[in-house]
Amino acid sequence: MSADAIRAHLRRRDRWRLIEIAFWLALLVVILAVPSRAALINEALVAGLFALSLDLVLGLTGVVSLGQAAFFGVGAYTAAVVANAGYDDPILGLVAAIVPAALVGFATAPLLLRGADLTRLMVTMGVALMLGELANKAAWLTGGADGLNFTVAPLFGRFSIGSIGEGPRNAALFSLVVLFVLFIVARRLARSPFGLSLTAVRENRLRAGALGVSTSRRIIAVYTIAAAFAGVAGALLAETTQIVSLDLFDFHRSADVMLMLIIGGAGYLYGGVIGAGVFIVIRDVVSAATPEYWEFWIGAMLVVLVLVGRERLAALVRIRR
Amino acid sequence: MSASALEARGLVRRFGGLVATDDVSFSVSPGARQALIGPNGAGKTTLINLLTGVLKPTGGAVLLEGRDVTAMSASKRVQLGLARTFQINQLFPDLSPAESLGLAISEREGRGWDFWRPAGKAEIVAEIEELLARFGLESVYDQPTRALPYGKQRLLEIALALACRPRVLLLDEPAAGVPEEERHDILAALAALPADVAILLIEHDMDLVFSFATRISVLVSGRLLCEGTPAEIAADERVRTVYLGEDAHG
Repeated sequence: MSADAIRAHLRRRDRWRLIEIAFWLALLVVILAVPSRAALINEALVAGLFALSLDLVLGLTGVVSLGQAAFFGVGAYTAAVVANAGYDDPILGLVAAIVPAALVGFATAPLLLRGADLTRLMVTMGVALMLGELANKAAWLTGGADGLNFTVAPLFGRFSIGSIGEGPRNAALFSLVVLFVLFIVARRLARSPFGLSLTAVRENRLRAGALGVSTSRRIIAVYTIAAAFAGVAGALLAETTQIVSLDLFDFHRSADVMLMLIIGGAGYLYGGVIGAGVFIVIRDVVSAATPEYWEFWIGAMLVVLVLVGRERLAALVRIRR
Repeated sequence: MSASALEARGLVRRFGGLVATDDVSFSVSPGARQALIGPNGAGKTTLINLLTGVLKPTGGAVLLEGRDVTAMSASKRVQLGLARTFQINQLFPDLSPAESLGLAISEREGRGWDFWRPAGKAEIVAEIEELLARFGLESVYDQPTRALPYGKQRLLEIALALACRPRVLLLDEPAAGVPEEERHDILAALAALPADVAILLIEHDMDLVFSFATRISVLVSGRLLCEGTPAEIAADERVRTVYLGEDAHG
């Protein structure tokens, strides 16, 4: 053992592995190769970003949340409102979504500090319900039950991300770039001293506190960051579909995103993206055959994954560690 | 006169009708080797939790190097120099000893909020190396903690607390459950602790207490029964009755 060996050990997950690079290139290739399914791919990429936000809280820090849709909805509505106010640049819309989503996250994070997991599930779910109802009541801003239609300007003044022509493909490429950029942020964060302290909070909160980690503040911080990520995901979906409705706050969104993360595996950042892809593809394939029963297969998959264990099922994709 | 490293002033803690800590006052001098003993149910764990800030007292105060820390959180007290180990291992199962120590050191250095730069700063690595060597953890530095032999985990318990560079260290039964053949490592590690760190040892094992401590406090039913040198405690009739008499090898 030497200082170099310790250093290499501490940084063993920092270097980009070949399989990671291949993963991102594959996503790019899929978009370019199958432009006819660009809308579906876009939906999966947005869901992947959404699941990544949950992974920061659940996978990295070990804090459960069933209310991630709250921030998703806030971000989506922010993008719509900002665009309707005349600021219709798509990138500006995403940046604008960060602030309110993070603020709502910061304001509600203290609710997560007490109680057990069940308490947290209920509290986070309750917050999402409340925000959905607030959006319903504030019809002057949100359009209430009708939602809002809006349009965004072409990206860089050139590339439309609307639903016609090249739009869906451009939208998917846009989503991929946004996902990739935020993934890099999440990846650095996870490997930083801050990320290490989050892992410590997950692994043993009592001991983390006994080493001087202010566990409550760390949880509030990561929850706020995750809320910002979810807000960007919501804004991205809004901009690429150019409609927002109250369904964005729905409980099923929070539940689906947790499903995606569990399917893909929590805690190593890629799980959300992979799980979202699997989820969306299964939904697409199965619902084409049996439109009413596709959730049966998602449900069956969940049961198998949780009971048998992902480790044993799939040692094939081993990006972890 | 210099301030005590750690002082309890009239500490009281009630749980409903039960008084777990009943007006306990004592102090630990800088660099002391002090032990706190008492039969099961004497309230040792409650007292540690009060000192470290896991529990808030119903009454009384805790002073760290003369400073009232009663209202401060556990993590704040650690930052001010009060570290502890746990009777039952409280480690990070998926992290390696090197990572766990790196965490403790970077928190001490105030780098815990750095979310951008990677771990593994040169000074921190050097200190990790030194701590690993001091506690005989070199061979397992990159193993997940859950895979470590129990004795090594016990050593990591102490190493982590020391990585906080405490002024006062509370050791909660450091040798608990350690098999005979690994015991020596723990005793050696205790003997090698820095002389300027005040240590309060909470222990059941009388051999360990009498070989380590120069001053012993006896806690019975939440109250401090007596305090003194090992010789005085060994000779004290009341202690014999409530404690040593019950102990198999007392």
